[in-house]
Amino acid sequence: MTHRNYDLLGEDGRRAVETGLATAEWYHSDVPRAVMKDLMKRSDAPAIRDTVIFYGAMILFAGLGIWLWPSWWSAPFWLAYGVLYGSGSDSRWHECGHGTAFKTGWMNDLVFEIASFMIMRNSSTWRWSHARHHTDTYIVGRDPEIAVMRPTQMFKILLAFVGVLDVWAYFKGTIYNAVYGPTEAEKTFIPASGWAKVTYVARISLAIYAATILLAVWMGSILPLMVIGLPRIYGSWHMVLTGLFQHGGLADNVLDHRLNSRTVYINPISRFIYWNMNYHIEHHMFPMVPYHALPRLHEVIKADLPAPTPSMWAAYKEIWPAWIRQMRDEDYFIKRALPATARPYREDLHTAALGAAE
Amino acid sequence: MPQWTLACKTTDIDAEDLIRFDHGGATYAIYHSPDGKFYATAGRCTHEDVHLSDGLVMDYVIECPKHNGQFDYRTGEAKRAPVCINLKTYPVKVEGGQVFIEV
Repeated sequence: MTHRNYDLLGEDGRRAVETGLATAEWYHSDVPRAVMKDLMKRSDAPAIRDTVIFYGAMILFAGLGIWLWPSWWSAPFWLAYGVLYGSGSDSRWHECGHGTAFKTGWMNDLVFEIASFMIMRNSSTWRWSHARHHTDTYIVGRDPEIAVMRPTQMFKILLAFVGVLDVWAYFKGTIYNAVYGPTEAEKTFIPASGWAKVTYVARISLAIYAATILLAVWMGSILPLMVIGLPRIYGSWHMVLTGLFQHGGLADNVLDHRLNSRTVYINPISRFIYWNMNYHIEHHMFPMVPYHALPRLHEVIKADLPAPTPSMWAAYKEIWPAWIRQMRDEDYFIKRALPATARPYREDLHTAALGAAE
Repeated sequence: MPQWTLACKTTDIDAEDLIRFDHGGATYAIYHSPDGKFYATAGRCTHEDVHLSDGLVMDYVIECPKHNGQFDYRTGEAKRAPVCINLKTYPVKVEGGQVFIEV
């Protein structure tokens, strides 16, 4: 069994670079250029519509929550507000970070900064970390966004649903960034030209949280924190529910997204919150396709992909036993069958590198 | 010595699109802008070793297919993270329906 070292400054990352597993060529399904150009086409309209609904609903739910506060009748509105704040902001951060949600650049940047703050991610750091996630998806020691490391630590997965570990790590990291700048690990994926912005964003974010806490103390109520900050805890469950099935239980150290990512059919409300990131193989293979075109891309390439998982329930039915097994067997992973219409898994792309690494 | 090299016909590239052109062990990207002009840059993104020919041309911007970094292909200027280093550009001329680049 291979013991994995996820440290970005560690041995596995160094070996991935040496063997060519890092920044490597990945498998792509064939899509005619004319079709791909149509799929990649940018438009402001869908994202403006969705953003107005998103923030409009947040204002409505928060308004009703504040109006009914401190009655328990306010609870359903806080739960709805929390899911949009603590989960929906994840997908807004993600899509606008890619620059694909809107056609207009400043709209992507504005929503990206607001959503980054809400989801408690330093917008500068995470823009770069996500670029690395796409370069080296689930390459151990290279990808800073591996959600479940092996051996599986179940308590971390369960705690993730209430955001406690994320929030702790965020404030610890943000205070460090505000005082010292990026950490040594962060410097492995953030170029020097981006270091000052990491510090700037950290200081602005801390100032907003400090002001919110002071307001709460002055009011003698946690109400300001119900609006800013706490939703990242009481509303993050949906982000975790949808985020963990992206890659859960699948292969690492491979160069074919069909082996390490999962497409899952989910309900329309979850798709709105998640902005279609349930089409996750499609997104990783072609990150230039905007969220609103992912269902069309899915139809174009699905004959070349493993059958989509039919529901979240089916996804976790598959993932849970894999996580259990990965508690004691780090090399175990789920390998799903390809349809007869698909080209075989491109295991040759990573076999040479893995062989040299082991 | 740089010399003019035939890259393609003008009809080989749709307006607001690009193609790949390999020559002399190097690779280039040839662009057809929305206003009917032609441009040439180095073929690979300066961020990582990804060819731009699978990317998206929007007006005068080429977006890398891997990380969505953007360049102005007329000047090579890096316009959007994660690209930080400008793209090398090459002179282009069109003669008799053919596109030449000076490399």
